[in-house]
Amino acid sequence: MGMTMTQKILAVAAGLPKVEAGQLIEAKLDLVLGNDITSPVAIKEMEKMKVTGVFDRDKIALVPDHFVPNKDIKSAEHCKCVREFARQNEITNYFEVGEMGIEHALLPEKGLTVPGDVIIGADSHTCTYGALGAFSTGVGSTDMAAGMATGEAWFKVPSALRFHLVGKPDKWVSGKDVILHIIGMIGVDGALYKSMEFVGEGVAHLSMDDRFTIANMAIEAGGKNGIFPVDDVAEAYLKEHTNRPYKVYEADEDAVYDAEYTIDLKALRPTVAFPHLPENTHTIDEILEREPIAIDQVVIGSCTNGRMDDLRAAAEVLKGRHVAEGIRCIVIPATQAIYLQAMEEGLLRTFIEAGAIVSTPTCGPCLGGYMGVLAEGERCVSTTNRNFVGRMGHTSSEIYLASPAVAAASAVTGKISSPYEL
Amino acid sequence: MNAKGTVFKYGDNVDTDVIIPARYLNSSDPGELAAHCMEDIDGEFVKRVKKGDIIVADKNFGCGSSREHAPIAIKAAGVSCVIAETFARIFYRNAINIGLPIIECPEASKGIGAGDEVEVDFDSGLIKNLTRGTEFKGQAFPPFMQKIIAAEGLVNYINEKRN
Repeated sequence: MGMTMTQKILAVAAGLPKVEAGQLIEAKLDLVLGNDITSPVAIKEMEKMKVTGVFDRDKIALVPDHFVPNKDIKSAEHCKCVREFARQNEITNYFEVGEMGIEHALLPEKGLTVPGDVIIGADSHTCTYGALGAFSTGVGSTDMAAGMATGEAWFKVPSALRFHLVGKPDKWVSGKDVILHIIGMIGVDGALYKSMEFVGEGVAHLSMDDRFTIANMAIEAGGKNGIFPVDDVAEAYLKEHTNRPYKVYEADEDAVYDAEYTIDLKALRPTVAFPHLPENTHTIDEILEREPIAIDQVVIGSCTNGRMDDLRAAAEVLKGRHVAEGIRCIVIPATQAIYLQAMEEGLLRTFIEAGAIVSTPTCGPCLGGYMGVLAEGERCVSTTNRNFVGRMGHTSSEIYLASPAVAAASAVTGKISSPYEL
Repeated sequence: MNAKGTVFKYGDNVDTDVIIPARYLNSSDPGELAAHCMEDIDGEFVKRVKKGDIIVADKNFGCGSSREHAPIAIKAAGVSCVIAETFARIFYRNAINIGLPIIECPEASKGIGAGDEVEVDFDSGLIKNLTRGTEFKGQAFPPFMQKIIAAEGLVNYINEKRN
Protein backbone atom coordinates (compact mmCIF):
# COMPACT_ATOMS: atom_id res chain seq x y z
CA MET A 1 0.00 0.00 0.00
CA GLY A 2 1.46 3.36 -1.04
CA MET A 3 1.63 6.60 0.88
CA THR A 4 -0.23 9.87 0.39
CA MET A 5 1.70 13.10 -0.16
CA THR A 6 1.30 13.97 3.52
CA GLN A 7 2.38 10.52 4.70
CA LYS A 8 5.54 10.69 2.57
CA ILE A 9 6.57 14.00 4.12
CA LEU A 10 5.86 12.72 7.64
CA ALA A 11 7.80 9.48 7.06
CA VAL A 12 10.93 11.42 6.10
CA ALA A 13 10.55 13.81 9.05
CA ALA A 14 10.20 10.83 11.40
CA GLY A 15 13.21 9.07 9.89
CA LEU A 16 11.10 6.09 8.86
CA PRO A 17 10.98 4.33 5.48
CA LYS A 18 7.22 4.11 5.67
CA VAL A 19 4.30 5.28 7.82
CA GLU A 20 0.65 4.40 7.74
CA ALA A 21 -2.58 6.05 8.86
CA GLY A 22 -3.09 5.89 12.63
CA GLN A 23 0.59 5.40 13.44
CA LEU A 24 1.98 7.66 16.19
CA ILE A 25 5.29 9.27 15.23
CA GLU A 26 7.69 11.91 16.47
CA ALA A 27 8.74 14.15 13.60
CA LYS A 28 11.45 16.77 13.17
CA LEU A 29 10.14 20.29 12.57
CA ASP A 30 11.28 22.80 9.97
CA LEU A 31 9.33 25.73 11.43
CA VAL A 32 7.45 26.52 14.65
CA LEU A 33 5.08 29.50 14.56
CA GLY A 34 3.24 31.53 17.18
CA ASN A 35 1.34 34.80 17.45
CA ASP A 36 0.61 37.36 20.17
CA ILE A 37 -2.27 35.32 21.65
CA THR A 38 -0.76 31.85 21.64
CA SER A 39 2.95 32.60 22.19
CA PRO A 40 2.70 34.06 25.72
CA VAL A 41 1.10 30.79 26.91
CA ALA A 42 3.80 28.81 25.07
CA ILE A 43 6.60 30.94 26.53
CA LYS A 44 5.24 30.30 30.05
CA GLU A 45 5.10 26.55 29.36
CA MET A 46 8.62 26.54 27.90
CA GLU A 47 9.93 28.14 31.10
CA LYS A 48 8.75 25.03 32.96
CA MET A 49 10.84 22.81 30.69
CA LYS A 50 14.37 21.87 31.59
CA VAL A 51 15.89 23.52 28.54
CA THR A 52 18.31 26.40 28.16
CA GLY A 53 16.85 27.90 25.01
CA VAL A 54 15.16 27.26 21.69
CA PHE A 55 16.22 24.37 19.46
CA ASP A 56 17.07 26.59 16.47
CA ARG A 57 16.60 30.35 16.43
CA ASP A 58 16.22 30.32 12.62
CA LYS A 59 13.34 27.83 12.68
CA ILE A 60 10.94 29.77 14.87
CA ALA A 61 8.62 32.50 13.62
CA LEU A 62 6.92 34.88 16.04
CA VAL A 63 4.31 37.13 14.47
CA PRO A 64 2.26 39.44 16.68
CA ASP A 65 -0.76 40.03 14.43
CA HIS A 66 -4.04 39.34 16.26
CA PHE A 67 -4.41 42.34 18.56
CA VAL A 68 -1.61 44.37 16.94
CA PRO A 69 -1.01 47.33 16.84
CA ASN A 70 -1.83 46.82 20.54
CA LYS A 71 -5.56 47.21 21.11
CA ASP A 72 -5.40 47.61 24.90
CA ILE A 73 -3.01 47.40 27.85
CA LYS A 74 -3.37 43.65 28.37
CA SER A 75 -2.67 42.97 24.67
CA ALA A 76 0.32 45.30 24.88
CA GLU A 77 1.66 43.19 27.77
CA HIS A 78 1.28 40.01 25.69
CA CYS A 79 3.15 41.60 22.79
CA LYS A 80 5.87 42.80 25.16
CA CYS A 81 6.26 39.24 26.48
CA VAL A 82 6.71 37.91 22.92
CA ARG A 83 9.09 40.73 21.97
CA GLU A 84 11.31 40.14 25.02
CA PHE A 85 11.37 36.39 24.43
CA ALA A 86 12.36 37.00 20.80
CA ARG A 87 15.21 39.30 21.89
CA GLN A 88 16.48 36.97 24.62
CA ASN A 89 16.52 34.00 22.29
CA GLU A 90 17.72 35.99 19.27
CA ILE A 91 14.82 34.72 17.17
CA THR A 92 15.61 35.47 13.53
CA ASN A 93 12.02 35.63 12.33
CA TYR A 94 10.32 37.97 14.77
CA PHE A 95 8.21 40.54 12.95
CA GLU A 96 7.58 43.85 14.66
CA VAL A 97 4.84 46.31 13.67
CA GLY A 98 6.10 47.84 10.43
CA GLU A 99 7.48 44.49 9.28
CA MET A 100 4.66 42.24 10.32
CA GLY A 101 1.61 41.02 8.47
CA ILE A 102 -1.04 38.40 9.08
CA GLU A 103 1.10 35.35 9.81
CA HIS A 104 -0.24 33.00 7.13
CA ALA A 105 0.18 35.58 4.39
CA LEU A 106 3.53 36.75 5.75
CA LEU A 107 5.49 33.51 6.12
CA PRO A 108 5.14 32.29 2.51
CA GLU A 109 5.83 35.84 1.29
CA LYS A 110 9.06 35.86 3.33
CA GLY A 111 10.06 32.50 1.85
CA LEU A 112 9.90 30.66 5.17
CA THR A 113 7.59 27.86 4.00
CA VAL A 114 8.67 25.53 1.21
CA PRO A 115 7.57 22.16 -0.22
CA GLY A 116 8.33 19.13 1.95
CA ASP A 117 8.56 21.17 5.18
CA VAL A 118 6.96 19.98 8.40
CA ILE A 119 5.49 23.04 10.09
CA ILE A 120 3.47 23.50 13.27
CA GLY A 121 1.91 26.75 14.34
CA ALA A 122 -0.05 27.74 17.41
CA ASP A 123 -2.81 29.02 15.19
CA SER A 124 -5.42 26.81 13.57
CA HIS A 125 -4.95 28.32 10.11
CA THR A 126 -1.33 27.14 9.94
CA CYS A 127 -2.65 24.60 7.41
CA THR A 128 -2.34 27.42 4.81
CA TYR A 129 1.22 26.42 3.77
CA GLY A 130 0.00 23.16 2.29
CA ALA A 131 -0.68 25.31 -0.78
CA LEU A 132 3.09 25.08 -1.36
CA GLY A 133 3.31 21.31 -0.81
CA ALA A 134 4.35 21.46 2.86
CA PHE A 135 2.86 19.45 5.72
CA SER A 136 1.57 22.19 7.93
CA THR A 137 -0.87 22.04 10.80
CA GLY A 138 -2.28 24.02 13.70
CA VAL A 139 -1.53 23.08 17.30
CA GLY A 140 -1.90 24.66 20.73
CA SER A 141 0.55 26.60 22.84
CA THR A 142 2.02 23.62 24.73
CA ASP A 143 2.85 21.88 21.44
CA MET A 144 4.42 25.13 20.30
CA ALA A 145 6.48 25.27 23.51
CA ALA A 146 7.66 21.68 23.06
CA GLY A 147 8.40 22.40 19.39
CA MET A 148 10.47 25.48 20.23
CA ALA A 149 12.38 23.55 22.90
CA THR A 150 12.97 20.24 21.13
CA GLY A 151 12.40 20.81 17.41
CA GLU A 152 10.04 17.85 17.40
CA ALA A 153 6.31 17.15 17.66
CA TRP A 154 4.19 14.04 17.98
CA PHE A 155 1.63 13.27 15.28
CA LYS A 156 -0.91 10.63 14.54
CA VAL A 157 -0.37 9.93 10.84
CA PRO A 158 -3.57 11.01 9.07
CA SER A 159 -5.54 9.17 6.43
CA ALA A 160 -6.67 11.34 3.54
CA LEU A 161 -9.53 12.58 1.39
CA ARG A 162 -8.63 13.30 -2.24
CA PHE A 163 -10.29 16.07 -4.22
CA HIS A 164 -9.90 15.94 -8.00
CA LEU A 165 -10.32 19.47 -9.32
CA VAL A 166 -11.32 19.63 -12.98
CA GLY A 167 -12.18 22.47 -15.36
CA LYS A 168 -11.62 26.19 -15.14
CA PRO A 169 -13.57 28.42 -12.73
CA ASP A 170 -15.61 31.32 -14.10
CA LYS A 171 -14.47 34.94 -13.62
CA TRP A 172 -16.08 35.63 -10.24
CA VAL A 173 -15.47 32.15 -8.83
CA SER A 174 -12.42 32.11 -6.55
CA GLY A 175 -10.57 29.77 -4.20
CA LYS A 176 -12.95 30.89 -1.47
CA ASP A 177 -15.93 29.57 -3.42
CA VAL A 178 -14.12 26.27 -4.03
CA ILE A 179 -13.41 25.66 -0.35
CA LEU A 180 -16.83 26.88 0.86
CA HIS A 181 -18.43 24.52 -1.66
CA ILE A 182 -16.33 21.62 -0.35
CA ILE A 183 -17.08 22.42 3.32
CA GLY A 184 -20.77 22.65 2.45
CA MET A 185 -20.49 19.23 0.85
CA ILE A 186 -18.56 17.34 3.55
CA GLY A 187 -19.44 19.38 6.66
CA VAL A 188 -17.39 21.05 9.39
CA ASP A 189 -16.15 17.67 10.62
CA GLY A 190 -16.08 16.00 7.20
CA ALA A 191 -12.28 15.81 7.21
CA LEU A 192 -11.81 15.35 10.98
CA TYR A 193 -8.26 14.11 11.75
CA LYS A 194 -7.62 13.70 7.97
CA SER A 195 -5.54 15.28 5.21
CA MET A 196 -7.29 17.00 2.34
CA GLU A 197 -5.24 16.44 -0.81
CA PHE A 198 -6.13 18.57 -3.84
CA VAL A 199 -5.11 17.22 -7.24
CA GLY A 200 -6.17 17.27 -10.90
CA GLU A 201 -5.84 19.45 -13.98
CA GLY A 202 -8.09 22.09 -12.43
CA VAL A 203 -5.32 23.01 -9.98
CA ALA A 204 -3.45 24.71 -12.86
CA HIS A 205 -6.33 27.20 -13.15
CA LEU A 206 -5.97 28.30 -9.53
CA SER A 207 -3.54 31.07 -8.63
CA MET A 208 -1.27 30.70 -5.59
CA ASP A 209 -3.57 33.10 -3.73
CA ASP A 210 -6.55 30.84 -4.51
CA ARG A 211 -4.62 27.82 -3.26
CA PHE A 212 -3.60 29.58 -0.03
CA THR A 213 -7.29 30.35 0.59
CA ILE A 214 -8.31 26.74 -0.03
CA ALA A 215 -5.57 25.19 2.16
CA ASN A 216 -6.24 27.84 4.82
CA MET A 217 -9.81 26.65 5.37
CA ALA A 218 -9.03 22.90 5.52
CA ILE A 219 -9.39 23.30 9.30
CA GLU A 220 -12.99 24.50 8.82
CA ALA A 221 -13.76 20.99 7.55
CA GLY A 222 -11.95 19.58 10.60
CA GLY A 223 -8.90 18.67 8.49
CA LYS A 224 -5.43 18.15 9.91
CA ASN A 225 -3.90 19.68 6.79
CA GLY A 226 -4.69 20.63 3.22
CA ILE A 227 -2.06 20.04 0.58
CA PHE A 228 -1.48 20.81 -3.11
CA PRO A 229 0.98 19.36 -5.61
CA VAL A 230 3.93 21.58 -6.53
CA ASP A 231 3.43 22.65 -10.16
CA ASP A 232 4.76 25.46 -12.36
CA VAL A 233 2.60 28.05 -10.60
CA ALA A 234 4.00 27.03 -7.20
CA GLU A 235 7.56 26.84 -8.55
CA ALA A 236 7.25 30.38 -9.96
CA TYR A 237 6.00 31.64 -6.57
CA LEU A 238 8.88 29.93 -4.76
CA LYS A 239 11.44 31.34 -7.19
CA GLU A 240 10.19 34.84 -6.45
CA HIS A 241 10.07 34.43 -2.66
CA THR A 242 12.78 32.08 -1.40
CA ASN A 243 16.32 30.80 -1.77
CA ARG A 244 15.71 27.84 0.52
CA PRO A 245 16.31 24.46 -1.10
CA TYR A 246 13.31 22.15 -1.01
CA LYS A 247 12.14 18.68 -1.95
CA VAL A 248 8.88 17.93 -3.72
CA TYR A 249 6.89 14.86 -2.64
CA GLU A 250 4.17 13.21 -4.67
CA ALA A 251 1.60 10.67 -3.54
CA ASP A 252 2.27 7.06 -4.54
CA GLU A 253 0.03 5.80 -7.33
CA ASP A 254 -1.30 3.10 -5.02
CA ALA A 255 -1.91 5.43 -2.09
CA VAL A 256 -5.21 4.73 -0.36
CA TYR A 257 -7.83 7.41 0.36
CA ASP A 258 -10.81 7.28 2.72
CA ALA A 259 -12.90 8.97 0.03
CA GLU A 260 -12.43 10.66 -3.34
CA TYR A 261 -14.42 13.57 -4.75
CA THR A 262 -14.47 15.27 -8.14
CA ILE A 263 -15.07 19.03 -8.11
CA ASP A 264 -15.98 20.62 -11.44
CA LEU A 265 -14.63 24.14 -11.03
CA LYS A 266 -16.50 25.31 -14.14
CA ALA A 267 -19.83 24.42 -12.52
CA LEU A 268 -19.13 26.26 -9.24
CA ARG A 269 -20.89 29.51 -8.40
CA PRO A 270 -20.03 32.23 -5.88
CA THR A 271 -20.88 30.64 -2.55
CA VAL A 272 -21.80 32.12 0.83
CA ALA A 273 -21.78 30.39 4.24
CA PHE A 274 -24.68 31.53 6.42
CA PRO A 275 -24.54 31.80 10.23
CA HIS A 276 -23.37 30.03 12.33
CA LEU A 277 -21.27 27.35 10.64
CA PRO A 278 -19.03 27.40 7.55
CA GLU A 279 -20.97 24.35 6.24
CA ASN A 280 -24.24 26.33 5.89
CA THR A 281 -23.52 27.18 2.27
CA HIS A 282 -25.78 28.66 -0.42
CA THR A 283 -24.89 29.66 -3.97
CA ILE A 284 -25.38 33.28 -4.93
CA ASP A 285 -28.19 32.17 -7.28
CA GLU A 286 -30.10 30.59 -4.39
CA ILE A 287 -29.60 33.77 -2.38
CA LEU A 288 -30.92 36.01 -5.18
CA GLU A 289 -34.17 34.00 -5.17
CA ARG A 290 -34.74 34.73 -1.47
CA GLU A 291 -35.78 37.83 0.43
CA PRO A 292 -32.82 40.25 0.29
CA ILE A 293 -30.46 39.95 3.28
CA ALA A 294 -29.63 43.47 4.46
CA ILE A 295 -26.21 43.96 6.03
CA ASP A 296 -24.39 46.50 8.23
CA GLN A 297 -20.73 45.81 7.59
CA VAL A 298 -18.30 44.24 5.12
CA VAL A 299 -14.80 43.01 5.97
CA ILE A 300 -12.33 42.23 3.19
CA GLY A 301 -9.08 40.78 4.50
CA SER A 302 -7.71 38.10 6.91
CA CYS A 303 -5.35 35.14 6.51
CA THR A 304 -8.01 33.66 4.24
CA ASN A 305 -8.56 36.55 1.82
CA GLY A 306 -6.19 39.48 2.37
CA ARG A 307 -3.81 38.83 -0.55
CA MET A 308 -3.30 40.66 -3.87
CA ASP A 309 -5.81 38.61 -5.88
CA ASP A 310 -8.40 39.30 -3.19
CA LEU A 311 -7.80 43.05 -3.14
CA ARG A 312 -7.75 43.20 -6.94
CA ALA A 313 -11.11 41.42 -7.15
CA ALA A 314 -12.65 43.70 -4.53
CA ALA A 315 -11.25 46.80 -6.24
CA GLU A 316 -12.54 45.69 -9.64
CA VAL A 317 -16.04 45.51 -8.17
CA LEU A 318 -15.73 48.79 -6.24
CA LYS A 319 -14.09 50.81 -9.06
CA GLY A 320 -16.36 53.68 -10.03
CA ARG A 321 -18.98 52.57 -7.50
CA HIS A 322 -19.69 53.59 -3.92
CA VAL A 323 -20.35 51.71 -0.68
CA ALA A 324 -24.08 51.95 0.12
CA GLU A 325 -25.15 54.58 2.61
CA GLY A 326 -24.85 53.42 6.19
CA ILE A 327 -22.62 50.43 5.37
CA ARG A 328 -19.12 50.17 6.85
CA CYS A 329 -16.63 48.53 4.47
CA ILE A 330 -13.26 47.63 6.03
CA VAL A 331 -10.38 46.53 3.80
CA ILE A 332 -7.29 45.00 5.42
CA PRO A 333 -4.26 44.14 3.26
CA ALA A 334 -2.65 41.12 4.91
CA THR A 335 0.98 42.26 4.84
CA GLN A 336 3.03 45.42 4.41
CA ALA A 337 4.20 44.21 0.98
CA ILE A 338 0.60 43.64 -0.11
CA TYR A 339 -0.36 47.05 1.28
CA LEU A 340 2.42 48.69 -0.74
CA GLN A 341 1.60 46.76 -3.90
CA ALA A 342 -2.07 47.71 -3.53
CA MET A 343 -0.99 51.33 -3.23
CA GLU A 344 1.17 51.12 -6.33
CA GLU A 345 -1.63 49.52 -8.34
CA GLY A 346 -4.01 52.27 -7.27
CA LEU A 347 -6.29 49.88 -5.36
CA LEU A 348 -6.12 51.91 -2.15
CA ARG A 349 -7.40 54.97 -4.03
CA THR A 350 -10.25 52.87 -5.43
CA PHE A 351 -11.20 51.67 -1.94
CA ILE A 352 -11.04 55.12 -0.37
CA GLU A 353 -12.93 56.78 -3.22
CA ALA A 354 -15.59 54.08 -2.90
CA GLY A 355 -16.05 54.98 0.76
CA ALA A 356 -14.24 51.98 2.25
CA ILE A 357 -11.55 52.28 4.89
CA VAL A 358 -8.12 50.64 4.63
CA SER A 359 -6.37 49.37 7.76
CA THR A 360 -2.82 48.31 8.60
CA PRO A 361 -2.44 44.50 8.64
CA THR A 362 -4.22 42.84 11.58
CA CYS A 363 -6.42 39.82 12.34
CA GLY A 364 -8.55 42.24 14.45
CA PRO A 365 -12.17 41.93 13.26
CA CYS A 366 -12.05 38.26 12.19
CA LEU A 367 -12.09 37.11 15.81
CA GLY A 368 -13.99 40.04 17.27
CA GLY A 369 -10.81 41.59 18.64
CA TYR A 370 -11.04 45.16 17.34
CA MET A 371 -11.22 47.16 14.08
CA GLY A 372 -14.80 46.17 13.25
CA VAL A 373 -16.52 44.46 16.21
CA LEU A 374 -20.26 43.86 15.61
CA ALA A 375 -23.08 45.20 17.80
CA GLU A 376 -26.24 43.33 18.83
CA GLY A 377 -28.15 42.02 15.83
CA GLU A 378 -25.74 43.39 13.21
CA ARG A 379 -24.94 41.50 10.03
CA CYS A 380 -21.57 41.31 8.31
CA VAL A 381 -20.44 39.87 4.99
CA SER A 382 -16.87 38.85 5.66
CA THR A 383 -14.09 37.26 3.64
CA THR A 384 -12.80 35.66 6.86
CA ASN A 385 -13.07 31.99 7.81
CA ARG A 386 -15.47 31.49 10.72
CA ASN A 387 -19.08 32.52 11.30
CA PHE A 388 -19.53 30.99 14.75
CA VAL A 389 -21.83 32.55 17.36
CA GLY A 390 -20.18 35.72 18.70
CA ARG A 391 -17.05 35.29 16.58
CA MET A 392 -16.97 38.93 15.44
CA GLY A 393 -18.79 40.53 18.35
CA HIS A 394 -22.20 40.29 20.00
CA THR A 395 -23.65 36.79 20.26
CA SER A 396 -26.72 37.88 18.27
CA SER A 397 -24.65 39.31 15.40
CA GLU A 398 -24.46 37.35 12.15
CA ILE A 399 -21.55 36.60 9.83
CA TYR A 400 -21.90 35.58 6.18
CA LEU A 401 -18.64 34.18 4.79
CA ALA A 402 -17.95 35.02 1.16
CA SER A 403 -15.33 35.80 -1.47
CA PRO A 404 -13.87 39.31 -1.84
CA ALA A 405 -15.95 39.86 -5.01
CA VAL A 406 -19.23 38.97 -3.29
CA ALA A 407 -18.23 41.01 -0.22
CA ALA A 408 -17.46 44.07 -2.37
CA ALA A 409 -20.69 43.69 -4.36
CA SER A 410 -22.61 43.45 -1.08
CA ALA A 411 -20.93 46.62 0.20
CA VAL A 412 -22.19 48.47 -2.88
CA THR A 413 -25.82 47.40 -2.53
CA GLY A 414 -26.11 46.99 1.26
CA LYS A 415 -27.42 43.45 0.87
CA ILE A 416 -25.80 40.13 -0.02
CA SER A 417 -25.22 40.51 -3.75
CA SER A 418 -23.65 38.94 -6.79
CA PRO A 419 -20.71 40.58 -8.58
CA TYR A 420 -22.43 39.42 -11.82
CA GLU A 421 -25.54 41.48 -11.14
CA LEU A 422 -24.18 44.97 -10.40
CA MET B 1 -7.85 7.95 38.45
CA ASN B 2 -11.54 8.75 38.67
CA ALA B 3 -13.86 11.68 38.00
CA LYS B 4 -17.32 12.13 39.44
CA GLY B 5 -19.72 15.01 38.99
CA THR B 6 -22.85 16.57 37.59
CA VAL B 7 -23.20 16.84 33.82
CA PHE B 8 -23.44 19.95 31.66
CA LYS B 9 -24.72 18.81 28.26
CA TYR B 10 -24.08 20.45 24.88
CA GLY B 11 -24.72 19.60 21.22
CA ASP B 12 -22.64 19.36 18.02
CA ASN B 13 -19.74 21.62 16.99
CA VAL B 14 -19.15 23.51 20.24
CA ASP B 15 -16.37 25.82 19.02
CA THR B 16 -13.52 27.33 21.00
CA ASP B 17 -14.92 30.84 20.35
CA VAL B 18 -17.96 30.05 22.51
CA ILE B 19 -15.85 28.14 25.06
CA ILE B 20 -13.72 31.24 25.59
CA PRO B 21 -14.58 34.28 23.43
CA ALA B 22 -11.64 36.15 21.86
CA ARG B 23 -12.56 39.32 23.74
CA TYR B 24 -10.99 37.65 26.80
CA LEU B 25 -7.85 36.44 25.01
CA ASN B 26 -5.93 39.50 26.10
CA SER B 27 -5.40 37.43 29.26
CA SER B 28 -3.74 34.05 29.66
CA ASP B 29 -4.49 33.73 33.39
CA PRO B 30 -6.41 30.47 34.00
CA GLY B 31 -8.59 32.03 36.71
CA GLU B 32 -9.63 34.96 34.52
CA LEU B 33 -10.33 32.64 31.58
CA ALA B 34 -12.39 30.31 33.80
CA ALA B 35 -14.58 33.25 34.85
CA HIS B 36 -15.81 33.51 31.22
CA CYS B 37 -15.84 29.81 30.31
CA MET B 38 -18.74 28.80 27.99
CA GLU B 39 -20.08 32.37 28.28
CA ASP B 40 -21.37 32.66 24.70
CA ILE B 41 -23.16 29.29 24.68
CA ASP B 42 -24.31 29.00 28.30
CA GLY B 43 -24.37 32.11 30.47
CA GLU B 44 -25.34 29.99 33.50
CA PHE B 45 -22.32 27.66 33.29
CA VAL B 46 -19.91 29.71 35.39
CA LYS B 47 -22.57 30.38 38.04
CA ARG B 48 -23.48 26.70 38.41
CA VAL B 49 -20.31 24.70 37.77
CA LYS B 50 -18.81 22.91 40.80
CA LYS B 51 -15.40 21.30 41.17
CA GLY B 52 -15.49 17.85 39.59
CA ASP B 53 -18.40 18.49 37.22
CA ILE B 54 -18.37 16.89 33.78
CA ILE B 55 -19.09 18.26 30.29
CA VAL B 56 -20.79 15.89 27.83
CA ALA B 57 -21.22 16.92 24.18
CA ASP B 58 -22.03 15.51 20.78
CA LYS B 59 -19.84 15.72 17.63
CA ASN B 60 -16.72 17.82 16.97
CA PHE B 61 -16.31 19.39 20.42
CA GLY B 62 -13.71 22.18 20.48
CA CYS B 63 -13.70 22.96 16.75
CA GLY B 64 -12.25 26.17 15.33
CA SER B 65 -9.47 28.23 16.82
CA SER B 66 -6.41 26.47 18.26
CA ARG B 67 -6.55 28.58 21.43
CA GLU B 68 -5.30 26.45 24.31
CA HIS B 69 -7.13 28.98 26.48
CA ALA B 70 -10.26 26.84 25.80
CA PRO B 71 -9.20 23.64 27.61
CA ILE B 72 -7.35 25.80 30.17
CA ALA B 73 -10.61 27.67 30.94
CA ILE B 74 -12.56 24.41 31.22
CA LYS B 75 -9.97 22.83 33.52
CA ALA B 76 -9.64 25.96 35.66
CA ALA B 77 -13.44 26.16 35.99
CA GLY B 78 -13.22 22.86 37.88
CA VAL B 79 -14.38 20.47 35.18
CA SER B 80 -12.90 17.00 35.77
CA CYS B 81 -13.59 15.43 32.38
CA VAL B 82 -15.08 16.13 28.94
CA ILE B 83 -16.90 13.31 27.18
CA ALA B 84 -17.91 13.74 23.52
CA GLU B 85 -18.91 11.74 20.49
CA THR B 86 -15.84 13.22 18.73
CA PHE B 87 -13.37 16.02 19.42
CA ALA B 88 -11.84 18.47 16.96
CA ARG B 89 -8.22 17.45 16.58
CA ILE B 90 -6.43 20.54 17.93
CA PHE B 91 -8.65 20.60 21.05
CA TYR B 92 -7.94 16.88 21.51
CA ARG B 93 -4.16 17.49 21.43
CA ASN B 94 -4.40 20.53 23.67
CA ALA B 95 -6.49 18.74 26.30
CA ILE B 96 -3.98 15.88 26.48
CA ASN B 97 -1.05 18.29 26.52
CA ILE B 98 -2.40 20.31 29.46
CA GLY B 99 -3.73 17.30 31.36
CA LEU B 100 -7.51 17.81 30.96
CA PRO B 101 -9.01 14.31 30.80
CA ILE B 102 -11.20 13.73 27.74
CA ILE B 103 -12.94 10.61 26.43
CA GLU B 104 -14.55 9.86 23.07
CA CYS B 105 -17.71 7.79 23.48
CA PRO B 106 -20.68 8.21 21.09
CA GLU B 107 -22.93 5.98 23.23
CA ALA B 108 -22.25 8.00 26.38
CA SER B 109 -22.90 11.30 24.61
CA LYS B 110 -26.34 9.93 23.61
CA GLY B 111 -27.11 8.22 26.92
CA ILE B 112 -26.24 11.05 29.31
CA GLY B 113 -28.38 14.13 29.90
CA ALA B 114 -27.92 17.49 31.60
CA GLY B 115 -27.88 17.16 35.39
CA ASP B 116 -27.08 13.43 35.42
CA GLU B 117 -24.53 12.24 37.97
CA VAL B 118 -21.68 10.52 36.12
CA GLU B 119 -18.55 8.67 37.22
CA VAL B 120 -15.59 8.00 34.93
CA ASP B 121 -12.73 5.55 35.49
CA PHE B 122 -9.89 6.75 33.26
CA ASP B 123 -7.86 3.55 33.59
CA SER B 124 -10.60 1.31 32.22
CA GLY B 125 -12.45 3.95 30.17
CA LEU B 126 -15.67 2.94 31.98
CA ILE B 127 -18.33 5.66 32.17
CA LYS B 128 -21.18 5.11 34.67
CA ASN B 129 -24.38 7.15 34.56
CA LEU B 130 -25.31 6.91 38.26
CA THR B 131 -28.63 8.72 37.73
CA ARG B 132 -29.91 6.27 35.10
CA GLY B 133 -27.93 3.19 36.18
CA THR B 134 -26.31 2.73 32.76
CA GLU B 135 -22.70 2.08 31.72
CA PHE B 136 -20.63 2.91 28.66
CA LYS B 137 -17.15 1.96 27.52
CA GLY B 138 -15.13 4.93 26.31
CA GLN B 139 -12.24 4.64 23.89
CA ALA B 140 -8.96 3.99 25.70
CA PHE B 141 -5.95 6.15 24.86
CA PRO B 142 -2.99 4.61 23.00
CA PRO B 143 -0.01 3.93 25.36
CA PHE B 144 1.95 6.98 24.09
CA MET B 145 -0.87 9.36 25.05
CA GLN B 146 -1.41 7.55 28.34
CA LYS B 147 2.20 8.38 29.22
CA ILE B 148 1.56 12.10 28.58
CA ILE B 149 -1.65 11.98 30.62
CA ALA B 150 0.08 10.08 33.45
CA ALA B 151 2.75 12.80 33.53
CA GLU B 152 -0.10 15.37 33.76
CA GLY B 153 0.84 16.98 30.49
CA LEU B 154 3.41 17.27 27.71
CA VAL B 155 5.83 19.55 29.60
CA ASN B 156 6.30 17.04 32.44
CA TYR B 157 6.46 14.18 29.95
CA ILE B 158 9.31 15.87 28.08
CA ASN B 159 11.10 16.74 31.33
CA GLU B 160 10.83 13.14 32.52
CA LYS B 161 12.02 11.84 29.17
CA ARG B 162 15.09 14.10 29.31
CA ASN B 163 16.07 12.93 32.81
